[in-house]
Amino acid sequence: MSKVLQIKDLHAKIGNKEILKGLSLDLEAGKVHAIMGPNGAGKSTLSKAIVGHYDVEVTEGDILYKGKSIKEMEPEERALEGIFLSFQNPVEIPGVNNAYFLRTALNAKRKHEGKEELNAAEFLRAMKQHLQELGMKSDMISRSLNEGFSGGEKKRNEILQMLILEPDVIILDEIDSGLDIDALRAVSEGINKMKNGKRTFLVITHYSRILDYIEPDYIHVLKEGRIIKTAGAELVAKLEEEGYDAIEEAQ
Amino acid sequence: MANKELDNVVSGDYKLGFEVDIETETVPPGLDEDTIRFISKKKEEPQWMTELRLKAFAKWQTMEEPHWAHLEYEPIDYQSISYFSAPKTAPESLDEVDPKILEAYKKLGIPLDEQKQLQGIAVDAVFDSVSVKTTYSEELNKHGIIFCSISEAIQDHPELIKKYMFSVVPMSDNYFAALNSAVFTDGTFVYIPRGVRCPMELSTYFRINALNTGQFERTLIVADEGAYVSYNEGCSAPTRDEHQLHAAVVELITMKDAEIKYSTIQNWYPGDETGKGGIYNFVTKRGLCKGDNSKISWTQVETGSAITWKYPSCILKGDNSVGEFYSVAVTTLAQQADTGTKMIHLGKNTTSTIISKGISAMKGQNTYRGLVKVGAQADGARNYSECDSLLIGDQCGAHTFPYLESKDTQGQIEHEATTSKISDEQLFYLRQRGIREEDAVSMIVHGFCKEVFSQLPMEYAVEAKALLELTLEGSVG
Repeated sequence: MSKVLQIKDLHAKIGNKEILKGLSLDLEAGKVHAIMGPNGAGKSTLSKAIVGHYDVEVTEGDILYKGKSIKEMEPEERALEGIFLSFQNPVEIPGVNNAYFLRTALNAKRKHEGKEELNAAEFLRAMKQHLQELGMKSDMISRSLNEGFSGGEKKRNEILQMLILEPDVIILDEIDSGLDIDALRAVSEGINKMKNGKRTFLVITHYSRILDYIEPDYIHVLKEGRIIKTAGAELVAKLEEEGYDAIEEAQ
Repeated sequence: MANKELDNVVSGDYKLGFEVDIETETVPPGLDEDTIRFISKKKEEPQWMTELRLKAFAKWQTMEEPHWAHLEYEPIDYQSISYFSAPKTAPESLDEVDPKILEAYKKLGIPLDEQKQLQGIAVDAVFDSVSVKTTYSEELNKHGIIFCSISEAIQDHPELIKKYMFSVVPMSDNYFAALNSAVFTDGTFVYIPRGVRCPMELSTYFRINALNTGQFERTLIVADEGAYVSYNEGCSAPTRDEHQLHAAVVELITMKDAEIKYSTIQNWYPGDETGKGGIYNFVTKRGLCKGDNSKISWTQVETGSAITWKYPSCILKGDNSVGEFYSVAVTTLAQQADTGTKMIHLGKNTTSTIISKGISAMKGQNTYRGLVKVGAQADGARNYSECDSLLIGDQCGAHTFPYLESKDTQGQIEHEATTSKISDEQLFYLRQRGIREEDAVSMIVHGFCKEVFSQLPMEYAVEAKALLELTLEGSVG
């Protein structure tokens, strides 16, 4: 069993408040891991810590990616190495053409991997199929990045980036929030298409709804800054029924 | 995010700060009537011009330096400036231009050898106080177009100069215009005859080289009925600890159905982050849409200068005439800019558009100041203004002063203003997709400037983008 991401006794704060209090978690390569937990448990902080978000200060512990510590790495280096975060609320960037942004990101990655950069025509050809699959209108990529996008469009655009960048570890932070059933289905299909037995998913959610579409291999329960339980998919039903408090009692 | 990091990204080195060592003839610092007579004599000007200069000087002496702008700077000592500096040998042809000057222009990316130039761009190169070379003049002559230095125009086309110079910016218009009128040294004159569409882009490149010298150029462009011209100016100066004064005047005139598109890429030396050195840029630019259906469009990308004080304006006199102002002004380091436009609607159904984008970083202070004035006869006048400011970091500032005077109640005036910050969130988003921080900043800034850059002729849009990157993107170049 190869562990692609190992989080070891991680302590992290936002501002002066300690949010992660000795969190340990191993992600097995090629599997879908779901993190569930009540509001304020530290789910988003965990995803931010992994990608090197400026809000989060790691005070103790370590994060190993493919066996190497990434704690000191710049966010863009972590991204280029294959870690992708689908944001809960993707930010709008006025005037920056979506296609131009996507191509820049793709070419940064290709360059990093020693591959040739794609020109605009090659890139657009590659895009066409992805857009169709996600049920995105082709004018979405000629608009400004996320500007004026609906909640569903923003999430689809996140998945589009994921499809293009082909990351090794994908963190989906509340990917289902604000999605109607059609959007949820399209987004889930995009995600499922990415499963290839090697790629690893970390699905962060506090509703089980998304897990009906993306079947998890493991469920980790995050509470008060620590993982308090890890189990198979059967845990979802129990959580639905009994809530997170029951888990604590069970410990 | 730590602001220091961001500062490194936005404190771009000035790349054009070199100085060439050539033999010059420079008058000692100081300004009196004799200085003006000396300049006029140097330029072998006719008596009437000398007298106009002296008249302007007399007016200037009665005026006071204006201080209403949102700018702070050390007082300017007008007696410590040298008002004329020229390379010693006056060239008759390109072969006679000092090779060091040619080299300097080449370094700036402006080869003066017509063979090596970008196709379709004619250049007037002004070095300190004189025009050293105007390219493609003969070619343009065939179309009846006059494209020469203003000094030549005074000698060769006195009737046009007498008719149009000071007709849009009167010599006593303001303190700096009056000073310029007295001591202007060189600049460009363009005349496009009736019905002619100028077949190439015209441009002037201004270079300050000599120490302690002011540059006072004067540009006059006249587009006769139905004519069209696109004109571009660029400028740069060596890196120096002393401030240098640049006080220019530009006058544009369009007759019936004529159009002038005037683009500026201003990259004078900005000084350092403590405010030491840099050009004081006090410029008066104004266009008169004299004839019906005429159009004047100003596009400016202002990245340089320690101080910028400039308001390219349009007087919309002809019915249905159109005025446009597209501006990107960048202030980083300790730069200050107070810039904007005046749109004066006099004719019927006149329209104007103002798109202003101010970018401030480090200790930069950026002010938009604009006036939209609608006269009593200007029925159906319309204006749309949009002023956006982008802040990078938290030590800089953006200020907006829109003024509106309307004597006509039917006019339609819209004004929108926004201020936004390059947020840490935006930067992080791009970085999480593998885009380096510098590239991410530049991507956001370019996105912000898009509407203005799209107005520039293509070659210049490329230059403007590159310049913005140099200005904001740190020292890796």
